[in-house]
Amino acid sequence: MDVAVTVNGTLYERDVEPRKLLIHFLRDDLDLTGSHIGCDTGNCGACSVIFDGKLVKSCMLLAVQANGSSVETVEGLSDGDEMTALQQSFSDHHALQCGYCTPGMLMSATALLRAKPSPTDDEIRKALQGNICRCTGYWNIFEAVKAAGR
Amino acid sequence: MLLREVEYAKPSSVAEALGLLAADDGARALAGGQTLVNVMKARAASPDMLVDLNGLEELRGIELAGDGTLSIGPMTTYTELMESVEARARPILGEVCAQIADVQVRNRGTIGGNLCSNDPTNHLPPLMAAIGARMTIRGGDGERTMGTDEFFLGVYMTAVGPGELLTRITIPAGKHDGFAAVTLGVDGTCIVNAAASANGSLRVALGCVDAVPVVVEAESPDGVRAAVRAAGIDPPSDVHASSAYRAHLAEVLAERAARQAVEKR
Repeated sequence: MDVAVTVNGTLYERDVEPRKLLIHFLRDDLDLTGSHIGCDTGNCGACSVIFDGKLVKSCMLLAVQANGSSVETVEGLSDGDEMTALQQSFSDHHALQCGYCTPGMLMSATALLRAKPSPTDDEIRKALQGNICRCTGYWNIFEAVKAAGR
Repeated sequence: MLLREVEYAKPSSVAEALGLLAADDGARALAGGQTLVNVMKARAASPDMLVDLNGLEELRGIELAGDGTLSIGPMTTYTELMESVEARARPILGEVCAQIADVQVRNRGTIGGNLCSNDPTNHLPPLMAAIGARMTIRGGDGERTMGTDEFFLGVYMTAVGPGELLTRITIPAGKHDGFAAVTLGVDGTCIVNAAASANGSLRVALGCVDAVPVVVEAESPDGVRAAVRAAGIDPPSDVHASSAYRAHLAEVLAERAARQAVEKR
């Protein structure tokens, strides 16, 4: 099926099988490998992207469902080599170890900070609930988002 | 590639969607996809065609009538129910939706998908049973509307037949409701849940203890535990909880939900 989808401001037109998940389309067809596949079961959040303005897990959408839509991935956050305040805050607070969950964490935190520029502690925890990290114990990620939110 | 080959259609009207579903025995409606896509990965479901309902504005939206009755389109997401001014006419709706999974799932998952999948661990079937929701189903032969006792038929089974769609959920006015659950992690899958409504009589509906929500009535929260015992439930055992533990939780949570409902202003 023909799909036209805008990813990080660029329009891509491709022919995709209906059974292809959005995450596989982004990674394999568009070569945007920033979004990760951690679990394949909708639990881990490493594949989180912003889809028509809403945070979603791209392993639970079909690529064909993105036809006519706008998708933001982790590659679209920074402007060239210039990191966003949130990305810099992740670096400053050592909010990643292996980094596998980081793209999803960044997208979830980005969606949060757009809706609530100064989130409460509870709002930060709720916003990151769909993202699993197996290294950091979440504490530094929480601190990074909190600092970026001030 | 995780899914089996599947055809895909995105109809632009409910009538067209019903036609597609009726024409193919292997067609399934795709709502938010937060359950269906995952069970397709596991091959627990293998539809030949997905009929994507996401383009159907007719199935979206929340309307509030003058008498407080809410009319909710089944494609309304949990997030929309949490944020809707109209849905605050029945505050428990947003309160319970805020406990479902995580932000990403709440942004995609729909009330209609939650009800039509009728997974016994879902939050919304017992809630709908407690608050007296009515479901409207449309098919080739027209529409019919029913309560939860007729809508929920078994594990993963509802009265929505082949070639039919849930098209509307109608919820009466009321503010005195409660919900209590023991979950796997915060906002995780329910081990047992209970929803209560004290608008007029006190009604409590239990989830996770049978194939469909179990409804009990009592004069007051003090009588709820006895009412649950009298219902003679025989919950399933699994790795998370034994049958006896679920039966115990059912009493505790039913009373907790009932007290919340009665004390709510």
